[in-house]
Amino acid sequence: MSRIADHLILAPVALPLLAGAVMLLVDERRRAFKAGINVACTFALIGLAIALLLMSDAIAPDGMPSQFGVYRLGSWPAPFGIVLVADRLSTLMLLLTSILAAAAVVFSLARWHRAGAHFHSLFQFLLAGLNGAFLTGDLFNLFVFFELLLAASYGLVLHGSGPARVKAGLHYIAVNLVASLLFLIGVSLIYGIAGTLNMADLAARIPATPSGDRRLVEAGAAVLGIAFLLKAGIWPMGFWLPTTYSAATPPVAAVFAIMTKVGAYVVLRLWLLLFGEGAGASAQFGGEWLVSGGLMTIAFGAIGMLASQDMSRLAAFAVLVSSGTVFAAIGMGQAGLTAGALYYMIGSTLGTAAFFLLVELVERGREPGADMLAVTREVYGEGEDDIEEDDEVGITAPATMAMLGLGFIACASMIAGLPPLSGFIAKFALLSAALNPPGMTAGSGAIPAVSWALLVALVLSGLAALIAMTRAGIRAFWAPVDRAVPHVRVIEMAPVAALLVLCAIQAAYAGPIMQYMRATAQSLHGPWTYMHEVMEPPHAMRRVGGT
Amino acid sequence: MEAILALGIGALAGSGVWLILRPRTFQLVIGLSLISYAVNLFILAMGRLRIGAPPILLGPATGNPSDYADPLPQALVLTAIVISFATTALFLVVLLASRGLTGTDHVDGREQER
Repeated sequence: MSRIADHLILAPVALPLLAGAVMLLVDERRRAFKAGINVACTFALIGLAIALLLMSDAIAPDGMPSQFGVYRLGSWPAPFGIVLVADRLSTLMLLLTSILAAAAVVFSLARWHRAGAHFHSLFQFLLAGLNGAFLTGDLFNLFVFFELLLAASYGLVLHGSGPARVKAGLHYIAVNLVASLLFLIGVSLIYGIAGTLNMADLAARIPATPSGDRRLVEAGAAVLGIAFLLKAGIWPMGFWLPTTYSAATPPVAAVFAIMTKVGAYVVLRLWLLLFGEGAGASAQFGGEWLVSGGLMTIAFGAIGMLASQDMSRLAAFAVLVSSGTVFAAIGMGQAGLTAGALYYMIGSTLGTAAFFLLVELVERGREPGADMLAVTREVYGEGEDDIEEDDEVGITAPATMAMLGLGFIACASMIAGLPPLSGFIAKFALLSAALNPPGMTAGSGAIPAVSWALLVALVLSGLAALIAMTRAGIRAFWAPVDRAVPHVRVIEMAPVAALLVLCAIQAAYAGPIMQYMRATAQSLHGPWTYMHEVMEPPHAMRRVGGT
Repeated sequence: MEAILALGIGALAGSGVWLILRPRTFQLVIGLSLISYAVNLFILAMGRLRIGAPPILLGPATGNPSDYADPLPQALVLTAIVISFATTALFLVVLLASRGLTGTDHVDGREQER
């Protein structure tokens, strides 16, 4: 292992920060140059994420699992210095982020990056914040990275300006500022009791907390949890999400699809680490809240999808359903369900991001308010002018429309969870894990009611998504008689296609990917290796990764 | 001392929460600032209140740690102050943009119909 490879873990944070800062210095008129840096940096991040993922998944020659690359900033020993930890979960999230970012940035090159100043810098800062939040092993450092990504996201929400975006941005910023303050309260409460901010150290100290202080630690964790659930858009704290996401420019909304998953990531990491099986009396603290919040979010999102009249709102509600599903599955606290939730999270994030991008292309050829008009027509039965439509029979759809239609069908099958793509496999994995709880032998034992609730919620939300998507699709592709074919460029269609192809790949290689997710879930539910690797004194530190 | 600080934090946080539930953007920004002051004091209080105890070791001699105040919350407070200052400034810009675009200082961008 060379010395440079040791510092590889820092690169996903340092590279975008550096690129963003450099681009700030470049004049705004040299847009091609900035775009070049942004694209190069984003694709470099994909490479980095793949390298880290392979490292974290590799098994060292001496047989020890080396899935933890621990990077100590300034070589300070663990509880005192800040650590960056690259394990299976964080490298997976890094890869997902960089893939979404690459798709969004290529898409934005067609026209959206010209809609306002400093798009490329803000984009890179957002990536730095996201990557940092996924990598850090320190609670307060997590807060700093959260603020970094939020500050960048405030700028990106407002990118393109206009009253709708400023209004949505105002609500978004206010809600997130309150969440950040809650985050601080939770962190300081936990620090006041446990006396440490290092996540691994915290996990070691929580079982030993005296019972009088335990309530305070739990209160701190609950306040912290509310901050994360708010960011993930869990009901009843997710009302800001559909408005913000549908008002944001499409490439920004596509990247924001990962932002709700940051909340899911932190809950997965912290909750399973601090309140896993080893936490003594606090084990599984708050799990039922996660499940019920998740189920309510699924219901709210499904109803929202049925009610939404334009497609970008529909996509935003699909984000809500996906984050609700993830939380409901995580909250059950079973390794099998967590693995399914991870698989589902990857697929649904890719699918909704592709849908956000696709919506803009489809909407481009239509006059504004067409959806409103269509709904009014449905209700009042006016404008049934399909008599002249006989002349139109047999007209071939232009290639662009055919591509958009195919993309739409693929997105619909991802969001509704229908067979060809990975959405179906993800839901299948979730349900089969929910209905086969560990320790249940064939024909004996009852399936807990909450599993049935998850089953009903998943199936019904899939049905709602299917109905909503079919209605939107019919309205966008079949109903308009004299619609103009939108002008779509290759660099706009390619990212959408790439994201959907990735969904297909995820379905085709479901076996190995699911195996990786299972390994991830196992190490999340048994975090002893994580704690040990982080707390190990640096002089005894083994090399950072595989090979 | 603890009681006074607790009352102060409570007053600040309570006023802040009341203000962020108000419909005007200026009230919102003042409310957020008040809550952030309350949170900063709270972080400081979580390092335990000490009078006359320095946060860093004096001289090369390693003294008894219980003679010193916990330096970490003080560092955290500094970070939190800087971050909340920056985000408040950013929020003020959005507030002005919203005022300019909608012509009202209502958080919904339009006055409530009566």
